[in-house]
Amino acid sequence: MIKTDALIIGAGPTGLFTAHQLKLIGLDCEVVDNLDKIGGQCIELYPDKPIYDIPAIPECTGEELTNSLIKQLKPFNIKFHLNERVDEVKNNNGKWEVKTNQGTLFNTPNIIIAGGVGSFEPRKFGPKECEKFEEKSIFYSIKDKTIFKDKTVSIFGGGDSALDWAIELSKNSKINLIHRRDEFRGAQSTVDKMNELKKAQKINLYTKYQLKNVKGSEKVESIDIEHDNKEVKNLKTDFVLGFFGLIMQLGPIANWGLNLDKKTINVDTEKFETNQKGIYAVGDICNYPGKLKLILSGFHEGALAARACFKLARPNEKYRFEFTTSSKNIKKRLGIKSD
Amino acid sequence: MSKITYIEHNGKSHSINVQNGLTVMEGAIQNNIPGIDADCGGSMACATCHVYVKEEWFNKLPKKEDGEEDMLDMAFEPNKFSRLSCQLTVTDELDGLIVQLPSKQM
Repeated sequence: MIKTDALIIGAGPTGLFTAHQLKLIGLDCEVVDNLDKIGGQCIELYPDKPIYDIPAIPECTGEELTNSLIKQLKPFNIKFHLNERVDEVKNNNGKWEVKTNQGTLFNTPNIIIAGGVGSFEPRKFGPKECEKFEEKSIFYSIKDKTIFKDKTVSIFGGGDSALDWAIELSKNSKINLIHRRDEFRGAQSTVDKMNELKKAQKINLYTKYQLKNVKGSEKVESIDIEHDNKEVKNLKTDFVLGFFGLIMQLGPIANWGLNLDKKTINVDTEKFETNQKGIYAVGDICNYPGKLKLILSGFHEGALAARACFKLARPNEKYRFEFTTSSKNIKKRLGIKSD
Repeated sequence: MSKITYIEHNGKSHSINVQNGLTVMEGAIQNNIPGIDADCGGSMACATCHVYVKEEWFNKLPKKEDGEEDMLDMAFEPNKFSRLSCQLTVTDELDGLIVQLPSKQM
């Protein structure tokens, strides 16, 4: 059981700056994120796209912003729990007990949800029959590539993941690559490599096709794919892989007894607290009159939620507002020698 | 104002007068049309405002940017008449536009 003053859910820009604010005022915190890296939507959705409305930064990409925020956290030792999703939140004697899908347990008076639009999950195939083959014949990510050896694998998608795996698995498997249009959005060198393998008949390419149906009893035996012009082809296959990117789902947050409005969480604008004492929501996931889904708004919301955490984490102390320019305490926490 | 008709997957039709300058997505959200999620708020980053444009309208629309086509790869059951409604700005030329909504957005 990890005890901490505040647990932050979400390692996007808002979660990162909120961690900074907590540490600055002398509280400790840990961060949980479902993705395998720090940065949230900035890294997952638009690492290369320029952002123009971060105060005092005329232009930076999602990746640059993330790196700057990580750099800003450098004076502090913050534990990140990546690849973990918070599943359960329970109140025990005024403290929150939190459990992740990896079994990590936290005990904390404060939970700050900086979850963006929820957790990222792989986008799945449309046909309903696909569900029962999931993790048996149908996969959305690959953990053990050896199971595909000498088998027929049908890969759907047009981005780097689909192309990279088609190329990699073509060494030892028979590959069908299926995509809904002629253009691929992967790196040009990868697309060229795929085209070479197609010429060498290592990859069978079907463009303008999508999955219509899967057939089989215990395992997938074949799939029907449908062309834009409605023509249907049946392909024998042992495995089906789908790489359609990630979608954002609110996930378990919906079960924590919070006051939700569609996919957002209602908060007050003083502490950014939800209807549950000690649970706050900041950034894109929170909702209040006038809410703007801007990164800069998330920073403000995180700064206020962090101050609110102080009261529950240090019930016998009084929070005193201090500026970073003049506070000796803050400079000490930042590791700066004051004169 | 231009009239935009949204047809839900179950066939239920909603005809709404949408202010010019808003997007087809915003017209749906402001009028609580079920079936358009628009998780990312119109930044072409999520594909949850996916619509099928009626064939007779499809070619009258401004062409897709690359980013939109890439995003549509991730939409739920896209077809050749698929668009992201956040990329369709309402103008007089779009008066009478009909879009159909997919069975789900994700």
